Amino acid sequence: MSTAASGLALHLSPAQRRWRRFRANRLGFASLWLFGVLFILSLFAEVLSNDRPLVVHYQGQYYFPVVRDYPETAFGGDFDTPTDYLDPYVKRLLSKDGNWALYAPNPYRYDTINYFTDHPNPSPPSAVNLLGTDDRGRDVLARLLYGFRLSVLFGFALTVVGTFIGVLLGALQGYYGGRFDLAFQRVIEIWNSMPELYLLIIFASIFQPSVLLLIILLSLFGWMGLADYVRAEFLRGRNMEYVKAARALGVTNTAIMWRHLLPNGMTPVITFLPFRISGAILALTSLDFLGLGVPPTTPSLGELLSQGKDNIEAWWLSITTFGVLVGALALLIFIGEALREAMDTRRS
Amino acid sequence: MKPTEPLLSIDNLAVRFGRHGAYSDVIQDVTFQIAPGEKLALVGESGSGKTVTALSILQLNDPGQVAYPHGKIGFEGRDLLRLDEAGIRAVRGKEIAMIFQEPMTSLNPLYTIGEQLIEPLIAHQGVDRATARTRMLELLARTGIPDPDKRFDTYPHMLSGGQRQRVMIAMALACSPKLLIADEPTTALDVTIQLQILNLLEDLQKEFSMAVLMITHDLNMVQRFAERVCVMQSGRVVEQGRVDELFANPRHPYTRMLINSRPQRLIEADEQRAIARHPRLLEVDRLHCHFPIKAGFFRHRVGEVRAVDDVSLDLRAGETLGIVGESGSGKSTLGLCVLRLEQCRGTIRFDGESLTDLPQRALRPKRRDFQAVFQDPYSSLSPRLTVEQIVGEGLRIHFPQLSKSERRARIVKVLEEVGLDETMLWRYPHEFSGGQRQRIAIARVVVLEPKLILLDEPTSALDVSVQKQVLELLRDLQRKHGMSYLFITHDLRVIRAMAHRLIVMRAGQVVETGETEVLFAAPKHEYTQALLHASLFDAGTG
Repeated sequence: MSTAASGLALHLSPAQRRWRRFRANRLGFASLWLFGVLFILSLFAEVLSNDRPLVVHYQGQYYFPVVRDYPETAFGGDFDTPTDYLDPYVKRLLSKDGNWALYAPNPYRYDTINYFTDHPNPSPPSAVNLLGTDDRGRDVLARLLYGFRLSVLFGFALTVVGTFIGVLLGALQGYYGGRFDLAFQRVIEIWNSMPELYLLIIFASIFQPSVLLLIILLSLFGWMGLADYVRAEFLRGRNMEYVKAARALGVTNTAIMWRHLLPNGMTPVITFLPFRISGAILALTSLDFLGLGVPPTTPSLGELLSQGKDNIEAWWLSITTFGVLVGALALLIFIGEALREAMDTRRS
Repeated sequence: MKPTEPLLSIDNLAVRFGRHGAYSDVIQDVTFQIAPGEKLALVGESGSGKTVTALSILQLNDPGQVAYPHGKIGFEGRDLLRLDEAGIRAVRGKEIAMIFQEPMTSLNPLYTIGEQLIEPLIAHQGVDRATARTRMLELLARTGIPDPDKRFDTYPHMLSGGQRQRVMIAMALACSPKLLIADEPTTALDVTIQLQILNLLEDLQKEFSMAVLMITHDLNMVQRFAERVCVMQSGRVVEQGRVDELFANPRHPYTRMLINSRPQRLIEADEQRAIARHPRLLEVDRLHCHFPIKAGFFRHRVGEVRAVDDVSLDLRAGETLGIVGESGSGKSTLGLCVLRLEQCRGTIRFDGESLTDLPQRALRPKRRDFQAVFQDPYSSLSPRLTVEQIVGEGLRIHFPQLSKSERRARIVKVLEEVGLDETMLWRYPHEFSGGQRQRIAIARVVVLEPKLILLDEPTSALDVSVQKQVLELLRDLQRKHGMSYLFITHDLRVIRAMAHRLIVMRAGQVVETGETEVLFAAPKHEYTQALLHASLFDAGTG
């Protein structure tokens, strides 16, 4: 059939061919690069954006404030408390007599309050705070960087957990069918009718809100949409002739599900993957926006957006956050599109 | 008879598919004529372009995809290719009508058949509904549907395949077209129904004195039906002529190949006697398989379908037992029951051991010895696995002690045995043709060196020339490895080539059993006789 077309690809293993197909989608490939670079940079946020110097050379000795706390007295200060390296007094101590300190490119952490701005908070972009500060005097660039990292990690975690549960339960339902399917479908209907948002509000008031709690709560509900699709794929697939052929070969049920039905039932899973990640990021953002999400000190895009709403004249809050959100979501969707094409074995 | 003006004349037709930059020339230089009232057959294998040619006549190819670089389709002084949308619509159904292969999908399931039948009359002749209804009822009666006035208001799903094809024929004849294009009109039907439909088409052709362009891959059908024949191969007409002349004296090598690819008997007479001394491999005694019919809110049992009803059979080592029957006769279910892939009652003894009461878990290791190849090579290979994974699957289960390289060596060996090669290991099923896929499916089971293979219509989805190759491959493998085959098919020519003995099934029961040649020479049961007659055997098997 396509012997001539695939002549080149003959010597490639399936994984290599998948990678070729992925690269053939240039938008997706470029998006992967850009997103990868941004994400890896954000993983090193502590090095890029921190109120502590990376290295301090004080009186012939090296100190690493990023990994360890040092009291101010270690650098000739007055107090026995952890050093505030942005204090002009400390800065002076660290720069005289051959001492030096190497600061991060952006010398603020997500929770560093800049007490030394020239403008009232929120202060507009300036040479000191490149993207300005929020209404508590915290650097917006730092909060965006940490917030992006948290959002993406949160999105990945929620997607992995939700997809795993959804595929597992959908697969069992679809493969065994019959009574098990019928009973489980009712369980899903009941579970689905629980008011998710109220539960979140209730739990937010009972427990200390945290990222882990949010992941658990959202995972409890997030798997259902996917389970339906996987169930349908398995129901369809289990009557296919290749499953019959596998049974005739003596393949066990688990192996049939794993090797035959799962790869063929992955289309909805992979198609929905980018939307699930962006959905998860948006969920976190919206909950934070509503004040139901992570605790206030945590860097969060949603919290920045809500500050932008409260301080509508401080355009640097809303526009930058909006840009980061839209950029990240668009990149994820382009990558997902290319991934879906790459997994489709029918493309040469 | 003086040469008449042709009704339809196709000159140097070329058809090209695809968009800018990625063309494929599907038809190149096709030229043929049909005289009024003539029966012309267009023969060729899949992909030869015969359906595309037919669709071009009515301009039914997807307009966004198709281009006609040159050529002319003349019909009564008009060039159909140059007509605009309104012009061609006036020709469709009124002067040239078409019936399609698949009667199951060519009727809209949401409308009654009456509604669909009167549509062409109202569209083309502007008659009112009452007149249209009376006219169509007459036609419907003419096509031989029992109780046409009752059938008129039923929905397509309430009719059988043969009845639906009759409805399609009635619909095509509604406006008394001058040319009827029949695209594989009987391929999807059972043999006995095939014969009825063919006879009906023949009668109607005479009665309406219309020309028929019959598109088919079946040479027996051509011989039986057509006056002239065009043989097509990869978009070209390679040979055309009168049917008797062409079959008696084929000039083009492709035509010769097609004629020779009709299955020949692959079994020698003395082999039959040798096998009678072989030990019994499989004994099946009084097998029953009933499916309950459930109804009502509480799904209580109101009856049962006896898919397999009291069937006994036995099979010796190295022997092929053919199971023949029409669709719904229970032959596939019987096969699945024998392999214990379907619930059933009765006793099954395989290689001296009873399989009847073994639970599936205990059965799994034994499955190595009895394997199956299914009909459709397109759906029996998982599209997401490579050839190596597909063929290696059984080895992983039944020979877990093999190392990766040993396993690959065995896979390569069996691929060579079935006529494929090592470079195909990492390719996916969709990259292969139907015949190659069926070879992969065969390799998947042969690699385990089983004692028995169930072959469920293994060649029905394949082209005739490929069919012959696959049958010869199966025979070679049988001789080499001494395997037994349970060969299920509806195609009597195939079974005659392959089977030592055969059983004929109808409605779950065995109607006749015997040695192949004996049974073909002198069928005793009247159903077997009807089946043999309908298979167009008399039309020159030699």
